[in-house]
Amino acid sequence: MENLQKTCLYDRHVAANAKMSPFGGFMMPIEYTGIIAEHNAVRHAAGIFDVSHMGEIFVTGADAGKFVNHIFTNDASVLTPGKIQYGMMLYPDGGTVDDLLVYCMEGGRWLLVVNAANIAKDYDWIVENAKGFDVEIDNASERWAQIALQGPDAERVATETLGLDVADLVFYTFKETEWDGKPLILSRTGYTGEDGFELYAGPESIIKMWDKLAAAGVTLCGLGCRDTLRFEVGLPLYGHELSAEISPVEGGLGMFVKTDKPEFVGKEAIIRQKTEGITKKVVGIELADKAVPRAGYDVESDGKVIGKVTTGYQSISTGKSVCMALIDKQYATIGQPVDVRIRKKLFKGTVCKKRFYDKNYKK
Amino acid sequence: MAKTIEGLYYSESHEWVKIEGEYGYVGITDYAQQAMGNIVYVDMPEEGDEFGAGEEFGAVESVKAASDLISPVSGVVEEINEALEDQPELINKDAYETWIMKVKLNDPSEIESLMDAAAYAGFCEKEQH
Repeated sequence: MENLQKTCLYDRHVAANAKMSPFGGFMMPIEYTGIIAEHNAVRHAAGIFDVSHMGEIFVTGADAGKFVNHIFTNDASVLTPGKIQYGMMLYPDGGTVDDLLVYCMEGGRWLLVVNAANIAKDYDWIVENAKGFDVEIDNASERWAQIALQGPDAERVATETLGLDVADLVFYTFKETEWDGKPLILSRTGYTGEDGFELYAGPESIIKMWDKLAAAGVTLCGLGCRDTLRFEVGLPLYGHELSAEISPVEGGLGMFVKTDKPEFVGKEAIIRQKTEGITKKVVGIELADKAVPRAGYDVESDGKVIGKVTTGYQSISTGKSVCMALIDKQYATIGQPVDVRIRKKLFKGTVCKKRFYDKNYKK
Repeated sequence: MAKTIEGLYYSESHEWVKIEGEYGYVGITDYAQQAMGNIVYVDMPEEGDEFGAGEEFGAVESVKAASDLISPVSGVVEEINEALEDQPELINKDAYETWIMKVKLNDPSEIESLMDAAAYAGFCEKEQH
């Protein structure tokens, strides 16, 4: 049995009777009162998530900006302090090391926020690629905890319950501030398709903020609805829609790869994929029936397996049975009929956009 | 705590059967619905299908996972609970009032190999630890 880590909020989750399950090397809350109620709270009001399992890696030094841009697919050179970008780190063959957020901080410091399951692998990869750059790399994941406050009411809750000044923060920006006399990174970002904030601080502050938010009646949300929420708005999850075997172009995320940048690790492979074409692609599929397509199920056409479901649900917001799937490129056109095999039976579906529900960000 | 109801018979795969004359009503237990969470789809058999005891007769799908339904008794499906087509969440509301299929029993003595309410409560207790 894997040695599972606990976040600083673990005791809170157990006391709140959460269903706990391993995720990314941590024992995490999957749901408190039910995935559907938690999902709907975030779509229509507000919810809080313990996302302390996420990794925080700081890059500093004379070459910090240049180095971050070297290992990152988006164009970090256009960032000014307080701005954030989403993108990927790639292997030279175009496969994805991880997807991450890059924070440009004052004083030439950079923060990379990476997936829990990839922290050690990412850190090693970053260090290995830092040869020849004047940088220092600090994996601060164990010192920083994180809460995501998400939903259309997030701004009101952040202001009223936590006393945060967020009115001037637009989506994908952040500020370094203090809360209760301790450092806080206040970021207007999220992984739900709704407006909201990601709050990075030390465990002591995070526990205090969590208690205040919970006492104010904000819905406690587990990773179960984090997945249903991100899925509905077409956001990828590493290991499903992106992986060492799935490049961002194959994942349908080519817009986050700036091939007009002078250089970055994986650039040649991505240019080759864009010019010569790819053989497989992540698409959306909508089923006619209510049966639920799930990760790993076969996608078929005329009795031939053409790919596999990467994530699937009966969408809580729309009621439709939908999935993302990695399928042969020749079938990856909107409107293409395909079948999904669910427990021996074939269900008819149609290829569609992988955004099943519209995002509601505060730009 | 998960509920049990006296007079029903329970399987180790967390189905219950209620006997009424030559028929049995089959559903999943309160323990099973709590473990699964919000149920969004029930894959039901068709009237006239025949199943042996221990045979798969469908599936219950929660938001996160699918779980096979195993028939605790052998028989022929007399009726399915059509309300579940539009309201699978009825199982979450009351697992024992919400039967999934009504079966004409092949062999009513099969229930002797199932657990009563007290034995099943003990079985769940053990499974949790």
